[in-house]
Amino acid sequence: MLNNASHSSPATTNQRRHLQDRAFKLLVKAAALLSVLVLAGIFFLLIWNGFYMFKEVSIWEFFFSSEWNPGALKNPQYGIGGMVVGTMLVTIAAMVLAFPLGIALAAYLSEVASPLMRGFVRPLIELLAGIPSVVVGFIGIVVVGPFLAQTFNLPNGFTALNGAILLAIMALPSIVTVAEDAIRAVPRSYREASYALGSNKWTTLIRVTLPAAGSGIIAAGVLGVGRAVGETMTVLMATGNALEVPDSLFDSVRTMTATMAIEMGEVPFGTTHYYSLFAIGATLFIMSLLFNLTAEYLAAKFRRLS
Amino acid sequence: MVRLFILFLFMFGLPACRPVQTIEQVQIKGSDSEVAVVMALAESFMSHEHRVSVSVKGGGSGSGIAALLNGKTDIANSSRDMSAKELEMAAVRNIRPIPVVFAEDVLVFILHPSLQIRALNLEQLAGIYRGDIRNWKEVGGPDREISLYGRQSNSGTYVYLREKVLKSEYSSKVKGMNGTAQIVEAVKQDRGGIGYVSLGYVQHNGKPSAGISVLRIGDGEGVSPLDASAVASGLYPLKRPLYHFLNGPASGKLAAFLRFERSEQGKAIIRESGYIPIELPLTYNAEVSSMAQPVYAK
Repeated sequence: MLNNASHSSPATTNQRRHLQDRAFKLLVKAAALLSVLVLAGIFFLLIWNGFYMFKEVSIWEFFFSSEWNPGALKNPQYGIGGMVVGTMLVTIAAMVLAFPLGIALAAYLSEVASPLMRGFVRPLIELLAGIPSVVVGFIGIVVVGPFLAQTFNLPNGFTALNGAILLAIMALPSIVTVAEDAIRAVPRSYREASYALGSNKWTTLIRVTLPAAGSGIIAAGVLGVGRAVGETMTVLMATGNALEVPDSLFDSVRTMTATMAIEMGEVPFGTTHYYSLFAIGATLFIMSLLFNLTAEYLAAKFRRLS
Repeated sequence: MVRLFILFLFMFGLPACRPVQTIEQVQIKGSDSEVAVVMALAESFMSHEHRVSVSVKGGGSGSGIAALLNGKTDIANSSRDMSAKELEMAAVRNIRPIPVVFAEDVLVFILHPSLQIRALNLEQLAGIYRGDIRNWKEVGGPDREISLYGRQSNSGTYVYLREKVLKSEYSSKVKGMNGTAQIVEAVKQDRGGIGYVSLGYVQHNGKPSAGISVLRIGDGEGVSPLDASAVASGLYPLKRPLYHFLNGPASGKLAAFLRFERSEQGKAIIRESGYIPIELPLTYNAEVSSMAQPVYAK
């Protein structure tokens, strides 16, 4: 050590450290830039290709008509209204099922469960995320579908509800893990203050802990929606893919992702049909972007409040 | 020392593992109506010919033709003709699609057995799939809503039926299943279900599979698709050619495979799978002109 110090002057050591610092900064910056570039690239690819479609299809028809039949005998039709409704229906229903359940599970894990129980349950839930979507879809066909058909006396189980239940199962792990981390991050002193005022565990959870973890819980919800809205294989297998606009959860629906997956394989390059699939992708992208921004805004507001 | 040994292994050991003769690959992709029978043919073919590997994939006629146009398959299986648009694209991409009809398929409608309907005519079926007829009581069945099952738009069967029977667009209530097998399973479970599939999927040695009823077509008693003589004479209306589309004339193993399909053994496999073999010999060029002309004449 001593020997070393006598060889290199403090000035050069300083210089080297400075250089290392700069190199590291550059590296991290490049990584950040790369992800932004990839995002921008995808966005422009979708918009650019989707834009061509509007040479032949009016914006009004695309968004507000529910007649989708690009391979029609006479007049091809490019209305995605029905799919947007279908996608929203399945997603919202999935969140209605998964969000309360996920938050309750997260609260249980962080506030109630013994460390042993938590060590057992949490990995189990995380394991749920590892089930491939094809497998979940298969379960939808052979288990959930027939069960729904029997329970609600339907002719068949290829319904929006089937898709929603499966998506709820798939979204649960991301909701639980993020929400639990948020709840655990609430300082102990908050809870202690509440107990000191005489509240019981339930009141503390509802009035103090959950509101304090609000921004994290919103983030958990957004992650869940993201998982549900973009899922393809599961809904493709389980919801029946009928093109009609659904009247209820017991109707068959075809989501935007399913349409892209079904039709991408057969569509010739450079046709209006081809570009319209990109336009669907762009629409889906913008939808999830808007949703994320709203959630971001809400989370920020929450942070200021608490 | 160990390193030296590994080096030796790489230099002398691994090349010895490589087969001396190269295996010729044949890729086949497309129609779901054809995938099972072509797979059976390919397996039998490979048990005779050792230096060839034939891979058969489904995905729908449209996907097969798209793969041929993109140069990703040697044979596109298709249960429909190529469309004018697809032929145009082939010309642009310097691909010469040649159709070979290797078998004929009988298209059948299947129903849930509890419906107790024996026969419907094509008008009624068109009405049902167009969505004009919505309840089974309108065609002599029980008071029960009709559940329509069909294929997705990349299916040749979907396109064939739309042209030959519906002559119009499908109802938006038709559920787009992921393949023929899924239609059969869904109709078995749905008390108001109707679906369309290739005969090969619902019969074994001339008897229909359990759990579904195969619809007779026509007025009154109608004609059963299980009646081989009625199908052969054309009395049963829904018989269609099954195509292989090649890129240019076949040679080598590809030609050998096509010849195998015409052999007695090949024909037996086609018959066992529920399809009708082609009795014309495969005189390759003659067939291209005789079979191809009507296709392109459109």
